[in-house]
Amino acid sequence: MSDNRSVKIRVRQLSKVFGNQPKKALELRDQGLKRPEILDRTGQTLGLSDINFDVYEGELLVIMGLSGSGKSTLIRCLNRLIEPSEGEIVIDGENIPSLKERELLECRRRHFSMVFQNFALFPHRTVRQNAEFGLEIRGVDPAERRQTAASALKQVGLAGWEDAYPNQLSGGMQQRVGLARALANDASVLLMDEAFSALDPLIRGDMQQELLELQHRMKKTTVFITHDLDEALSIGDRIVLLKDGEVVQIGTPEEILTQPADDYVRRFIEGVDKSRILRAESAMRKVRSTVRDTDGPRTALRKMRDHGLDAIYILDRERRLIGLIDADAASQALEEGKQRVTDVMTQDFRKVVREEPLHNLFAMFHENRFPIAVVDENQVLQGVVVKGAVLDELAQAGER
Amino acid sequence: MAIEIPRVPLGDWIEDGLNWLTSEYSIVTRAISRVTQTGIDGLNDALMWLPDWSLLVIIAALCWWLASVRLAIGAMAGLALIWNLDLWDPMIETLTLVVIATLVAVVIALPVGIAAALSERLYKTIMPVLDFMQTMPAFVYLIPAIPFFGIGSVSAIFATVIFSMPPAIRFTTLGIRQVPVELVEAADAYGATRGQKLLKVQLPMSLPTVMAGINQTIMLALSMVVIAAMIGADGLGSEVWRAIQRLRPGDGFEAGIAVVILAMLLDRLTQSLRKQRKS
Repeated sequence: MSDNRSVKIRVRQLSKVFGNQPKKALELRDQGLKRPEILDRTGQTLGLSDINFDVYEGELLVIMGLSGSGKSTLIRCLNRLIEPSEGEIVIDGENIPSLKERELLECRRRHFSMVFQNFALFPHRTVRQNAEFGLEIRGVDPAERRQTAASALKQVGLAGWEDAYPNQLSGGMQQRVGLARALANDASVLLMDEAFSALDPLIRGDMQQELLELQHRMKKTTVFITHDLDEALSIGDRIVLLKDGEVVQIGTPEEILTQPADDYVRRFIEGVDKSRILRAESAMRKVRSTVRDTDGPRTALRKMRDHGLDAIYILDRERRLIGLIDADAASQALEEGKQRVTDVMTQDFRKVVREEPLHNLFAMFHENRFPIAVVDENQVLQGVVVKGAVLDELAQAGER
Repeated sequence: MAIEIPRVPLGDWIEDGLNWLTSEYSIVTRAISRVTQTGIDGLNDALMWLPDWSLLVIIAALCWWLASVRLAIGAMAGLALIWNLDLWDPMIETLTLVVIATLVAVVIALPVGIAAALSERLYKTIMPVLDFMQTMPAFVYLIPAIPFFGIGSVSAIFATVIFSMPPAIRFTTLGIRQVPVELVEAADAYGATRGQKLLKVQLPMSLPTVMAGINQTIMLALSMVVIAAMIGADGLGSEVWRAIQRLRPGDGFEAGIAVVILAMLLDRLTQSLRKQRKS
């Protein structure tokens, strides 16, 4: 699904050695040595080794790993706060490691905004002056940057706090200022370095939701660093999992949970909420009855009555799911003399693949009154999930 | 059996070097001397021109405005005592030397301190030099000052600047290095140039520390200006020096107390300036 989206940042063979002999360390790496041996032999720390991934336009990519995994190094290599030892990082055709100092400044101004773990607000500047910082650096004129900063502050819910100083705000509010500073800058990529890790859990959840909303609204390409798997799973479109400076797995949250690449990932996801691991198919039931796309509303109504259903799925010749019709719509269609169920069918229901984690189904139940259809990759109807079944399955999983 | 180890002629080398400097660069030293002397005379005359009471009122008002009523009252009482002891003019002379020496020291120290904060190599070169400058007994600076600038106030300023500059450099360097890494990273991440980073982040954030350094410099300058009476600097120091030579402890203590009053005044004033910046 992501493959047809355009690539915003392409990272290839990126490595970082901390120390004064990166060449030597990388040679040993190429001979197959690992981090501890390289450190023993050369005194060089292999921070990142042969990192390859793409960041797609408009996606929220989470880079996750435990401390020492190299995630902070990685995000800092993207805008060259840390100088990479080898490899390429291409953004809109520009290879960042080979930029000259002046070009690098330009590139940072145009492409990168950054939000920091401990907020990194300037204590001697007011909230507004903090939000204006990026624009000020770029030489935007005062009236315009004032306006832009004000609207960014409004977006993060800090209107009215413009003249306060950072130390007068709570942690959550301070990070909103950090976010406003990044948004006001209107760079094409948002880098978030453990942005919510210093916040307490409740505020953190709120901030995650707000980030998702913002991201949904603005479609801002975002690279988000975290050490918290739950956070990664709940906000990431895709996750890059790092361990000891290497990529272990790249995939959607579902892929990571359902197809862990190795034992490390498997152990990692063990602690995760069971509802995230169980898949839709485990709570799926057989569909009692369906109608064909060539059937009329009368047939649909009869089948619903016979099987005690409120609504019924419509399939085509290959048993592919194409829509749903409920009893009200069917009887109305009958009155209006419509010939086919397809004339009045609705798409207002959710369908998921068999592998969909159960966790994701909760929200769907909330927003929709119909059961959730489960289909395979060819859109062929496999079964339905009703709310009670999900809870049963979770209860059983808890006992296992 | 003793092995004859020749004595290292360190003193000779230094003297040769100093002689060479004085003969080769006499134009420079003379120019410096003239400019400095003009500055000293100008400031001194200006302060002397003001009626004693009006200067007293100005200083008290400054204390009130920058610090507190308490300091203002203290300043009035202290200055009145100095005036009463007939030490007003020497006090003004000392103040002039301190102000000029501090100005020169700060003007040199700020850029050096900033440079040392930004360049690790310069930092490593300059720190031992500062250690040397600070631990060398202060009197020693008086000796080369004389061939450079002759007996008098200019030599006093020269020795004072060298002696009092290190804390201003150190604190400036420290202040800039103490700016949290994340804030410097933030400035970098948004594409700030070195100059922007310095002016918008590093300097404003290190200002309280820099002010503490300047405060130290003023205090050291005051102590040195007093000692510089030995090479003919005017002011309270020469009162003390005269008292020593005539063995008159009473006069010595009077002048000494005037120095203490001046020191406290300058210290409290600069500290309040620093606190104001902080809040």
